[in-house]
Parts: sequence; structure tokens; C-alpha cells
Amino acid sequence: MPEPMPEMNLGARLKVLAAGAALALATAFGAPGGAAAKTELLVYTAIEADELPGFKAAFEKEVPDIEIKWVRDSTGIVTSKLLAEKANPQADIVWGLAATSLMMLADQGYFQAYAPKGLDKLDAGFRDKANPPMWVGQRAWAAAICFNTVEAAKKNLPKPESWKDLTKAVYKGALTMPNPNSSGTGYLDVSSWLQLFGEQEGWKYMDQLHENMAWYTHSGSKPCRQAAAGEVPIGIAFDYRAAKTKADGAPIDVVLPKEGLGWDMEAFAIVKTTKKLEAARKFADWSITQSVMENLYTKGYALIAMPGVSKPVAGLPADFSKLLIKNDFAWAAKNRDRILDEWRKRYDAKSEPKS
Amino acid sequence: MAHGADRKKPYLRIEGVNKSFGSFHALKNVTLDIAEREFVCFLGPSGCGKTTLLRAIAGLDIQTTGRIFQAGRDVSALPPSARDVGIVFQSYALFPNLSVIDNVGYGLARRSTTRESRRGRVAELLALVNLGEHGAKYPAQLSGGQQQRVALARALATSPGLLLLDEPLSALDAKVRQYLRGELRALQRKLGVTTVMVTHDQEEALTMADRIVVMNAGAIEQVGTPAEIYGTPSTAFVADFIGAMNFLPASVSGAGRARIEGLELHVPALNGTVMGTEITLCCRPEDIVPADDGAANAFDTKISAIEFLGPNLRATLVPKDAASRSLTAEFSATQSRRIGIALGGTLRVAMPGDRLHVFARR
Amino acid sequence: MTAIAAGERVRPRASRDHWAMAAALVLIAALLVIFVALPLYTLLSKSFENADGGFVGLANFSKFLTTPALSISISNSLQIALAASFITTSLAFVYAYAITRSQMPLRALFKGLALLPLLAPSLLPGISLVYLFGNKGLVKEWLMGESIYGPIGIVMGEVFYTFPHAVMILVTALSITDGRLYEAAEVLGAGTVRKFFTVTVPAVRYGLVSAFFVVFTLVVTDFGIPKVIGGNYNVLATDVYKQVVGRNDFQMGAVVGMILLLPALLAFAVDRLVQRKQVALLSARAVPYIAKKSPGFDFAVLAFCAVVSLAILSMFAMAACASFVKLWPYNLELVWKHYDFDLTDGGSWTSFWNSIEMSALTAIFGTAVVFAGAYLVEKQTGFKKLRGVVQFLCMIPMAVPGLVLGVAYIFFFVDQANPLHVLYHSMAILVINTVAHFYTVAHLTAVTALKQMDGEFEAVSASLQVPVWRTFRRVTVPVAMPAILDISLYLFVSAMTTVSAVVFLYSPNTTLASVAVLNMDDAGDVAPAAAMAMMIVYTCIAVRLAHAVLSRAVLARTQAWRRR
Ligand SMILES: Nc1ncnc2c1ncn2[C@@H]1O[C@H](COP(=O)(O)OP(=O)(O)O)[C@@H](O)[C@H]1O
Ligand SMILES: [Mg+2]
Repeated sequence: MPEPMPEMNLGARLKVLAAGAALALATAFGAPGGAAAKTELLVYTAIEADELPGFKAAFEKEVPDIEIKWVRDSTGIVTSKLLAEKANPQADIVWGLAATSLMMLADQGYFQAYAPKGLDKLDAGFRDKANPPMWVGQRAWAAAICFNTVEAAKKNLPKPESWKDLTKAVYKGALTMPNPNSSGTGYLDVSSWLQLFGEQEGWKYMDQLHENMAWYTHSGSKPCRQAAAGEVPIGIAFDYRAAKTKADGAPIDVVLPKEGLGWDMEAFAIVKTTKKLEAARKFADWSITQSVMENLYTKGYALIAMPGVSKPVAGLPADFSKLLIKNDFAWAAKNRDRILDEWRKRYDAKSEPKS
Repeated sequence: MAHGADRKKPYLRIEGVNKSFGSFHALKNVTLDIAEREFVCFLGPSGCGKTTLLRAIAGLDIQTTGRIFQAGRDVSALPPSARDVGIVFQSYALFPNLSVIDNVGYGLARRSTTRESRRGRVAELLALVNLGEHGAKYPAQLSGGQQQRVALARALATSPGLLLLDEPLSALDAKVRQYLRGELRALQRKLGVTTVMVTHDQEEALTMADRIVVMNAGAIEQVGTPAEIYGTPSTAFVADFIGAMNFLPASVSGAGRARIEGLELHVPALNGTVMGTEITLCCRPEDIVPADDGAANAFDTKISAIEFLGPNLRATLVPKDAASRSLTAEFSATQSRRIGIALGGTLRVAMPGDRLHVFARR
Repeated sequence: MTAIAAGERVRPRASRDHWAMAAALVLIAALLVIFVALPLYTLLSKSFENADGGFVGLANFSKFLTTPALSISISNSLQIALAASFITTSLAFVYAYAITRSQMPLRALFKGLALLPLLAPSLLPGISLVYLFGNKGLVKEWLMGESIYGPIGIVMGEVFYTFPHAVMILVTALSITDGRLYEAAEVLGAGTVRKFFTVTVPAVRYGLVSAFFVVFTLVVTDFGIPKVIGGNYNVLATDVYKQVVGRNDFQMGAVVGMILLLPALLAFAVDRLVQRKQVALLSARAVPYIAKKSPGFDFAVLAFCAVVSLAILSMFAMAACASFVKLWPYNLELVWKHYDFDLTDGGSWTSFWNSIEMSALTAIFGTAVVFAGAYLVEKQTGFKKLRGVVQFLCMIPMAVPGLVLGVAYIFFFVDQANPLHVLYHSMAILVINTVAHFYTVAHLTAVTALKQMDGEFEAVSASLQVPVWRTFRRVTVPVAMPAILDISLYLFVSAMTTVSAVVFLYSPNTTLASVAVLNMDDAGDVAPAAAMAMMIVYTCIAVRLAHAVLSRAVLARTQAWRRR
């Protein structure tokens, strides 16, 4: 039988309570602990999540007093998040986001110009023309098609060779692609078709494609993964995911349509209002060093901002870069809103999945 | 009778207390003095405000207006913790997860400085209520009567100046209740603690109380010793509520005289009442006596029903001169044998004038 | 009347207890206002504003209704919800009938199995259905050529997800039917069928209505299943997500949120009504119905329950298996690699540990606040108005779907001008939101436990001059310990599995397991998504078992008094 505790007076009781609560809250919500304060750099990114730990570890090893905090989401979502926060930006640096999105944001005065150390070593196409540049490119990714050979054999699907092939009736319901509203890959597909075929023809092409589409996915990675699983045999994807999925053992062929490949750059830009300018610049400098270019950006990516460092990627042909269309980034950035609105109007209301 | 009652110096004074719940007036201008060591019962039908008054005294539901003094101190606005009362609730409200010892010692933690003194006090209290060997048990392991005594011991533990009991016996069966009445009263006498007990059971009140406060609809009807309450009810309500009573509509027919149909009675209590006033005459069944020819207020009746009650016999009598009225009378068995009561027979009875109560007709 | 007017009103002198209680009550009220009422008010006002905060009346609503892509979601949502409610209620009724009205063996086991889906995030059935009925699904043929992506898949998933809710409601309804009615019917010579339609159905009709509406609301506001398996079939719940997260269009998100509030409010009203009617049914000194043995009937319902439970179990089994298969459907080698969440898009072990932390904090702080709040509302005598307000605030969360609450939270906390903006993106906001989301059920559990306690404990302790918090600690809490444990379990499991509200509120530092399931599935990492979903299930089962052990221990220790 527990003896009642001797009564504490109210004051003492409250003090104990308060101390306990403070302790609980501190441990619970991770109060800024030890005084050895690292600079936390809030980085908004759309880079594939499986690469992020590598980047973080490498940078923090190099610059131990800065800690990276990622905010990662699909290109479209990061873009609209940045737009929504325009009045009061949260990010310190936007890093690894589609150049089209960065340009559009740059036009709205979102960033501050900075020339990272070693900028002159980069390909001139991989940076903002202004000097110092508003944004700097890191590497590029391009459209690719994942084609499941096992399912194709079962269903007698011929291997497509061009974008136009995909509109053939035989592919009805056998196709997926990312929704351009959420996915940067989806947007580069749409903007490249509009450039390749011209606006009018381009929309007509997509109307036909829409007929064959099983559904549009939220993320750019899903179409290739669904192709890999045979769920939908053909996925309109991008080079890195296609090569990696194939390397993981999936029964897919990577198809590079002969009309040419849409592409976009992953680039970074420092947010105008950042309170951690020095850390952001250190990160920017680090991002274009040769070792990062050579060792980190090349994993699966064939097109790197620094000429000469790129390595052949298993599963992609060596002349891969020749297939890239001549991309008018300025146009793609300026018309982004209009194109996405039009796309939504045409295809978002799709109420039944095609099968 | 009024044991230990010292009317001169009230221990508890209730002055013009009103309590309203919204628009409902649960207590209406209640004024009452209770002497030190007195045992007072609040008696009245269910819902008349007894508990409300008790809770006002305890400070649990403070009255809307009016004042309460305890031991000369104005406690009107004080919370229970600042008053000096012990309470036993109808449900006992024993803490089910604490043993009997912990229940009884619950209020002592702050007062007794040492664990030993606390333990000693609890043992003393348990002995007082004859539960010495049950200390380690939990309430659910005790009988209703034992639980009641634990609640009592817990309330007494802090030696309160005033003990408040809300229907403490009503949840028990008849035998236990009877027994505990005596126990409780003996204990109260022994400790000399001023006690207020709420009950709706008139027998309980009559047998236990020094004084009874009869309440009706939020107001006090009468305050008095059990004998006073029974013998001279001051209102028709009290007359009706306590014991059995014959109610007879009558009208004043002269100085000290009243008429019930063809029957005229001498009613000393009527002196001075205006002729023709409509009144109610009351008479207890045991006050209707077999009459000799010359007795005052005697009249002939017909016996229309008989009930045997063991030691007593109850008869329904119809007066010859007021044939539409009937009276209930009670006779002892011996008496009824002597006068030979039989159904359908006649009987001459008297209602002695000094036993007649008069109330204005409503 | 005049007598009362005469006296001077007594102004009760407040005790220390009284002040403490008043302060606590004000605190609880403030918490509820800040974390329930104000966010909802923000949502409400946002739906009538343009992007710059100007009042535009119903313009947003008419824009929503005239955008075909959006308004089509309304009819989609309605169709899905009606179909799922009908199917779930029917299945659950037979199932509950079997549990309560038959003598089939293993009734307790079947009841337990029916509740299993509560331990899974709503995304799990979506994932399992893809493996079962997807284009490369295990038993794809069963769909006879129909696609699982779309309404069929959504309805199937929703039936799984809502089944336990309907079963619980109907078991309760069937258990409180008065057994004497059956005896009477029997004496009057009514046959089995007649008894069913004249006694059973009328008695449980409120339960049926309530189950139907509860399921309807859950389906309309569920977001996980349509997201995973909806294909391009848009529903209101996914629209909110698209508008708010995808496009940062807060106004349109607010409009959809408001629209989603309607069925929930309706369901809430119906449920309240039904509660009242059911109480009336009970108060007639009912006698519990005891089923008689009837081999044929018992066998038939046993078969039914077996099939349904098997279906439930197979959903779990499918996800569990899928989480080990190397490359479905081409390489069926079993591997651990999908549990290496750090290599996936959108998930990591950190998310899992975050979820554990979030759920534990929700259980601890939530139970404390809920129980204290219920105590103040239920056991205090003063402050009638304030208590009424608190009581009302406590009921609001029940009528607000998680999705709507999540959106309301974003709107409220994202605002830099709000001093509480500091909570934005913190672990605290997830905990607070989850407590708020599940407040009402927890509150009602606490209230029920407190109502069963003697009403005079506080009066006794006041008269013994023992401070009220001491009695709270020494008596109220120990006596209510079983209910307190139930509340913490409920909050923990709910926090572990919920997606709908927190999906709007997590930050990179506070990613959660359930959200990770969603994001991994989004990125096409379906096997890791299944693995994470199963981690949630395993955790919930473990916690459920721990709760059982703990309850038993606590009962043995603190409730020794129950033993005679
Ligand atoms: N808290 C309350 N609110 C409203 N009415 C009350 C309250 N407490 C008591 N009453 C009413 O006051 C009257 C007296 O109640 P009570 O004192 O409990 O009667 P009893 O004499 O049976 O103990 C009853 O009509 C009761 O309904
Ligand atoms: Mg009472």
C-alpha cells in the first residue's frame, strides 16, 4: 500500500512540473541542443532521393560546420512551393531543380547572382548568360523510354523507335508518363514535343498520346518502375532512372526516340533573402568543383556541366548527347504556366483510367 | 429530551438562506439555529431541498443569498476546505482503489505530522466504528453497513466541528438500518459532535434526532423536538407528513365551536376565529377514544372497516351525524376486545378538544 | 421570489482548488480554440477569399463547380462513397450479426480479425490490391478484365479500410437489443424470418444508419487509397492534395475542404441522433440476448466470417510478401533490400523512427490533455458556461475529417504573422494536429470512464481539505487507468497509421512512416512502400500486445479492489 507522499507546497510543485515539461518538450521536439551551432542550410531540391545522402555526406565532410537540410519533392511541387513562399522565402538555396523552373523564378526576382569559384570551367550552355549568373547548371537529364521486353513479347508489342510510334493503336493502355504539373520530366517531355512538332502539331500529338495513356503519374520515376514491373509495359521516363532500373535487373530496354530527346538541366541558385549567404555560397562553390562533377554527378548521368568529365553510362549509347534537341530554355520557362494550364485543361479531367 | 442542546448559544446559525438554480428556487429564506452537540434531522419529502441545504452548510454549493455562521465565524462564502465539516454522502463515495485504512486516513496526510500518529488515529477511528480487523480490505470487499461506517470514520478522522450526513442509512436494508441508527446516535453522543442528518424517513428522524427540521418545497415548515413535531404539528403539511392524521373539513359555528355536517364539536383552539370560517380539523387516530356517555365531543359512529395490525387495531368509523366523512381510529388490542369492536357495529367515540388541531382550509 | 431579491448575493470565496481548476479549464479551452477552432476558421475564411486575402464571396465555389476537372470529382466521390458504404455496411452487418447472434465457434477471434485493418495505414490495401489485381496481379483474372486502377480498386480498398468501423458500430447496436423482445416474439409464435424483420431490423436500424454514414464520411475524406490505386480517377480528397500540395492553390484547397466538411457534418449529426435513440432503446431495462445453437445457421455464418477474415488477412499477407520479393513479378527471390528505406525515393528509417516518436508523444501528451480536459468538464461544478464551451469544442474534431484539419492547419500556421508560425514544420505541430484530429473519441472514452465514478469524490476531498489534484492523482487516475491505457493505445495507433492530416504538415526533418509509404508509392518504389506499411502494422500489433500486457499488470496492481 503506497504511503501518500508528503505534500509539497504549490510553488515547489509547479517548479518541478515546469522543469519536467521543459525537459520533455526539449527532448521531444529536439531543442537546439549543444552550443556548437552548425549552420543549417535549407536546401530545396528535386533531385532523386536516393542520391541525396551521398551529396550531403560528401559536402558535410568537406565543410563540417554546415549542415544540409533537404526539402525534397517533385520538380512541379518544389516549384509551386517556392512560388507560394515568394513573399517570404524559406529556402536558402534552390539546388538541383529544373533550369526551366529556376529561370521562371529568376524572372520574378527570387534569386541573387553569384559566380561560384571555377565557373569558367563549365560549359557555357550550363549557366545563366548574365554575369555573374543568377543560376548555374550542374548536369542534365533527358527523356527516355523504358520498354518492358517480357510484356511486349507476351502482348506482341513492337518496340517503338520514335515518339510518333507511341500514338499507334497497338499501344493503347500500354503507356504511362509523368504529369507535367508535378514532374519536371513530364514538363520537359511536353515542352520538347511542342518545340519538336510545333505548338499546334504538338498538342495534336499529345491528344493522340492521351488516347493510349493508361494514366499519368505524379512522379517522374514511376513510369519506368511500372514498366519494370510490367504493370504498364511502356513508361516515358528519363535517362538516369531508365539506366538504373535496367541495371537493377529489370527486363527493360531503354529506347531513345529518333526525333530527339527533350532535356533539362539540374541547376542551382541562391535565394535573394537568405540569411546564410556565406554558407550558401560555400555550397555553390563546392557544387561545381571537379571532384563533385566527376565523382558524384556522373552516377547515372551522361551530361555533366563540366566538359570532359562525363563517363559512359551503362545502358545508354555513347552518342547519347547527339540525340538531344536544341532546347529553348527561355521559351520553356516563359511559357511554363500557359503550357501547364493548357495541359490540365486537356488531360486532367480524364475520369476513367484506360486499360 | 433535547440532549445537550443549549439554545442560547447556537453553534451553527443559518440566516435567511436562499438558493436558486436558474429560475428554480430550491431554498426559500431558510433560517435556523443549531446548538453545539445537538443532533438535528432535516426531514421532508424527496426534492424538498434537504440536500441543497446540507451542501450549502458544507460549502459545496454555496447559497445564492443569506448567511451561515459556524462557531461564531461567518463561513457564508467559504469553500468546503476552509470550513470545519465532515460529510458522509448517500453513496459513501469511498475511494475504491484505496484500502479501508487509506480511506479513513485520507484527510490526515496534511494534518498529522508523523506517520505513527496518523496510523494511531486511523486505528482509533476503526475501533470506534468496530472495523478494527478490516483495515486492509478494499471497500468492495465490505458489506453496505461496513462501508457506511468507513465513510463515517473517514469524515470523523479530522475531528470536524460539524458532521453532515446525507441519508446515510437509506442504502441499507431494514435490519441493518435499525441497528445502525442506535450505533450512530450512540457514537454521536460519545463524541459530542454537532450533527446534521438529512433523511426522508420520519421514523429515523423521530427516533434519532434531538430536533427535527421539517422542510417542504424549499422552506422550513416546523422546527421542534420529535414530541413537539408529532404532538403539535404547526402546519397541515407537517401534520400530514409525520404520522397518521384524520383531516376533516369544518366550519366555525360559534365561539370555540366547529361543525362537521351535523356534528358540532368543542374546539378550544378556535377561540377568536370568525363565525363561518372554513377550517380543517385534525385528529390523530390514537387520539380518538371510546367514550362514556357524558364525555365532551362524543358522538356515535358506525364501524365500516377493520384492520388488524397485531398489537393494535385500526378501525374506519363513519359518524352518524356526518355520514359522508370517515375517521381512522386506532385502539390497542386489549381495549378493542374490551369494548367489543365488530364490523358493522356501532361505537361511541370522543375526540378530546385539546387533541384537535386546527388549520386554515386551503 | 421577493425573499431572494431581498438578500445580498453571496460571492463565494474561491479556494485554491477553484483557481487551479479555473486556470486549467481556461488553458484547455484556449488550447482547443487555438488548435481546433482557429485553424478551421482560417479554412472557412480562405474559401471566401482570393489569393491576396480579399473577400470574394462564393466566387471560389463557383469556380470550383464550373471547372469540369474539379467538379467531376464530386460525382466520382459520391459514387465511390455510396458503393463502398453500401457494401461495407452489408458485409459488416452479416459479420456483426454472426458475432452477436450465433453460437458459431471462434467468435472472439473473428471480432479481433475484423478490427485488424485499424492497425494499417489506409495506403496498405491500395498497395496490396495492386499486387493482387494489378495488371501483373496474382489473381488478376478474378476481375474478369476490369481494371483495378479506378473505382473498382478504390471501392475494394475502402471496404477493407472502413470495415472495422462498421463492425464496431453494428456489434454495439446488435448487443444492446433487448433479448426479451425475442422471447415475446417467440411466445407470439413469430417465425425466424418474421423475428428478423420485426425485431432485429427495427432495433438496429439506427446502428445501420450510423454505420452507413460513418463509412460514407471515411470514404469521401480518405485520400490514401485513391492516391495509390485511383489511376486517373479523381476524387475530392485527392483534389485537395493536388490543389494544396501540388499547386499551392490554397483558395481552391479551402473550397474542397469546405465541401468535404459537409458529409462529415451530416454523418456527425446522424451519429449524435442515433446515440440518443440507442440510449432510449437501452433504458428499458433490457436483457441481453443469448443466441441459441442452430447448427445450419451457425455453419453458414461461420463460412461467411471465414471468407471475410481470409480476405482481410490476405491483404496483409500480400503486402508482407511483396515487401520481400526482389523484383515483382520477374524475380521472386526473397530479399531484405526493400527494408533498406534509405535507398528509396521518399522514405528512410528516420521516417519510421519519427513516426514512433510522433505516436509516442501523441499518446503521452494527448492522453494527458484529453483526460485532464474530460475531468474538468465532467467533475467540476463551477464555470458552467466555460465547461459548456469546452464540451462543444471537444466534439468538433469528430465532425472534421483529417484531411480538412490538415489543410486548415497549413493555412493557419504557414502565416508568418501568426506567432504560432514557429510550430510550422516542427514535430510539435504533427503531435498537436494528431491529438486534435483524434480528440473526440478519446474524450468520450475518458468521459464515459469518469461518469462511472462516484460524483462525490471531489466533494469528499474538499471537505477533508485535501487539494483536488491530490485526489485526481491518488484516486481518479488510478481508478480510470484502464480507460487511460485505452486512450493512449488509440492515440498511438491512430498516429502511427494516419496520413490524411499529416501529409500536409510534415517537413524534411519530420517525415513520417505513413507519408513515406505514400511518397515511395508515388515514386514507383512499391515494394519498399509495402515494407514500410508492414513496419507500421508490426509496430501497431506490438504496441497492441504491449497494451494488453500492461493493462493486465496495471489492473492487477491498481485495481486489486475489483477482486472480491
Ligand atoms: N444542481 C442543480 N441544478 C438544478 N436543480 C437542482 C440542482 N440540485 C438540486 N436541484 C433541485 O433542487 C430541488 C431540491 O433538491 P435536493 O436538495 O437534492 O432535494 P432532497 O430534499 O431530496 O435532498 C430539487 O427539485 C432538485 O431537482
Ligand atoms: Mg437528497
